[in-house]
Amino acid sequence: MGLLRFLAERRSELLLLTGQHILLVLVSAGLAMALGVPLGIALARRPRLARPVLALANLAQTIPSLALFGFLIPVPFIGGIGVRTAIVALVLYSLLPILRNTVTGIQQVDAAVLEAATGMGMTPRQRLRLVELPLALPVILAGIRVAVVVSVGTATIAAAIGAGGLGTYVFRGLATVDTRLILAGAIPAALLALIADALLGAVQKSSRPGRAAVLLAVGAAAAVLAALLARSPAGARPVVVGSKNFTEQVVLGEILGARLEALGFAVDRRLNLGGTSLCHAAVREGQIDVYVEYSGTALADILKRPVSPDPAAVLRTVGEGYAPLGLRVGPPLGFNNSYALVMRRGDTQARGTRRISDLARHAATLRVGLFGEFLERADGMTGLVRTYALRFGVPPREMDLGLLYQALADGKVDLVVGNATDGLIAAMDLVVLEDDRHYFPPYDAVPVMNEGSLRRHPGLLEAVESLGGRIDEKAMRRMNYAVDGEHRGPADVAREFLAGAGLLSR
Amino acid sequence: MTAAVELADVSKRYPGGAVALDGLSLSVDEGRVLVLLGTSGSGKTTALKTLNRLVEPDAGSVVVLGRRLESWDPIELRRRTGYVIQEAGLLPHLTVERNVGLVPELLGWPPERRRARSRELLALMGLDPARFAPLRPAQLSGGERQRVGIARALAADPPLLLMDEPFGALDPLTRRRLQDEFRALQSRLGKTVLLVTHDVPEAFRLGDEVAVMDRGRVLQRGTPAQLRESPRPGFVADFIAAALP
Repeated sequence: MGLLRFLAERRSELLLLTGQHILLVLVSAGLAMALGVPLGIALARRPRLARPVLALANLAQTIPSLALFGFLIPVPFIGGIGVRTAIVALVLYSLLPILRNTVTGIQQVDAAVLEAATGMGMTPRQRLRLVELPLALPVILAGIRVAVVVSVGTATIAAAIGAGGLGTYVFRGLATVDTRLILAGAIPAALLALIADALLGAVQKSSRPGRAAVLLAVGAAAAVLAALLARSPAGARPVVVGSKNFTEQVVLGEILGARLEALGFAVDRRLNLGGTSLCHAAVREGQIDVYVEYSGTALADILKRPVSPDPAAVLRTVGEGYAPLGLRVGPPLGFNNSYALVMRRGDTQARGTRRISDLARHAATLRVGLFGEFLERADGMTGLVRTYALRFGVPPREMDLGLLYQALADGKVDLVVGNATDGLIAAMDLVVLEDDRHYFPPYDAVPVMNEGSLRRHPGLLEAVESLGGRIDEKAMRRMNYAVDGEHRGPADVAREFLAGAGLLSR
Repeated sequence: MTAAVELADVSKRYPGGAVALDGLSLSVDEGRVLVLLGTSGSGKTTALKTLNRLVEPDAGSVVVLGRRLESWDPIELRRRTGYVIQEAGLLPHLTVERNVGLVPELLGWPPERRRARSRELLALMGLDPARFAPLRPAQLSGGERQRVGIARALAADPPLLLMDEPFGALDPLTRRRLQDEFRALQSRLGKTVLLVTHDVPEAFRLGDEVAVMDRGRVLQRGTPAQLRESPRPGFVADFIAAALP
């Protein structure tokens, strides 16, 4: 079976990610217990305080994980990018079931039993140890079981802030629309959840749950300790390369990483981070040293300034806007991932449509396909039609981005609106029309670096600048297709590109 | 004879406003069994609980085992007082042996001595140690649980036993048998016992003396014979007449 072979090929990486995943869950569950059980005990004695605290824990659980990460990145000590932040988030998520069950478990201990214990001369501490905790233990264990099983699932999100774990495969798979990769992350995660559930269930049902729980806890602590000791001691701080969570970004991250390694830098890859704002926050905080942004996105989404059609002006504004944030914008890599109007090659030759302005004459007979977002956006359909005076005869058809190109190739539509670097443009021999009236804002790919990082890593700026102008749209399309269409690994694709461009050596 | 327990003019009002003890005075001589007899809400259980400081009185003076109540460390006092309650109050997660040996455990006895003592007391209560020691309370009948409860109260050989409806949850036959066993045991051990009950025949059967309580005070105190023959007219006479054929 294909999936099994796929998993077998990635044995060592899979093992590493599974190990990271288990470590994340064990450490966060351990902390959540160390925090939740004593807090629960304290709250059980103060019912008036218990309600607001439980409500707070409840609230923490409802925060969407990506929002929580975004919120945590700038927080000193517990925040940032990587394992620490992931653990903080996981602890917050696991706290509620443990806390609630500890409170409930202790409060439900029979008052008559407690009075008998007091009447026998137990101190409050003895009563807790000999009566309340043992009697509450099944309920507390049930809470821990829920927390751990849920955390095995939630820990996949850790990959979004570069903490590794099986989520790395899930996110990479989602970004590259590769079901095998998604399954390679999801199936082991599901198995882990089942195993954790079975183990903790066995502890709950054991005749001596206290002893079994202690045994399991000792085992878990030993595993965590072993894993921490096994980690290589940190040498010089590596350059941390980030990327957003879609194919092109991951490939660019790998290109940056491999180029830097070729120039002698140690590199730590934190790819597939969950989105623009996360990457921006991370590079500002110095949690990552460099990632690739798009000039239009930087201008509109980050700096919140009006978009201009002039690429040079946009780059200048972004550079000036980023400087006070402690960020340096590198030279454009050489491609512009803007919207693109795409046609079949034969059609452009027959109709003589090389530029968008050439479309005006043919608009009445053209069937247009596009994805829904383009109808809504400020830089979308309405302005396009106005700028180029296009009067289409048939209303455009909305479809999924992946289906657009198939529909175009099959002759179901004649013109589609896609992205300039979509891999299928190259694979299907399609043509992108020139935006001769510069309607679409420029989305030039530019490396963004933290100024502090540049001071810490002499030569980093020059290394990143060495990629300036080296990746054109065609090359980017080919690489995107190699990953999305041919299911090749982004790292391989990146190295192959660098080798071809003579960038794998100094 | 010296008094093992002495309450003088003790009052207790609960936060809700209910008056539990209203100037209660009574004393129990060493080695005697005093039964507090009354309806529910008469204050008898509250009176009992002041003696091991589960309830702190608002006013009045209490002397237990020769010392004023305030000078007792509650923990130490409780460990020197056997406490038996309805349904026994056994710890459900511990074996019978460990339940019986709990106060010795709190007192820091070595395990071997605890174990021997548990088994000795189980045997004393008519429970075969080999069979009952490893069981958990849920595996016992009501009568067996109550026997274990008494064994536990006796474990550290306390001079004073406080018993709150100790046989209240048992069927009449078992109850009768346990009452007889208790009398036999008491004649051998000679503890000072305060026993709370609402059951008139039980009070007359077990008490050297009986104090009839109502609304936080003692209405009449005497031997069972005295109470049977000349109950004070009013509540005491009605209460006794209603219970005895």
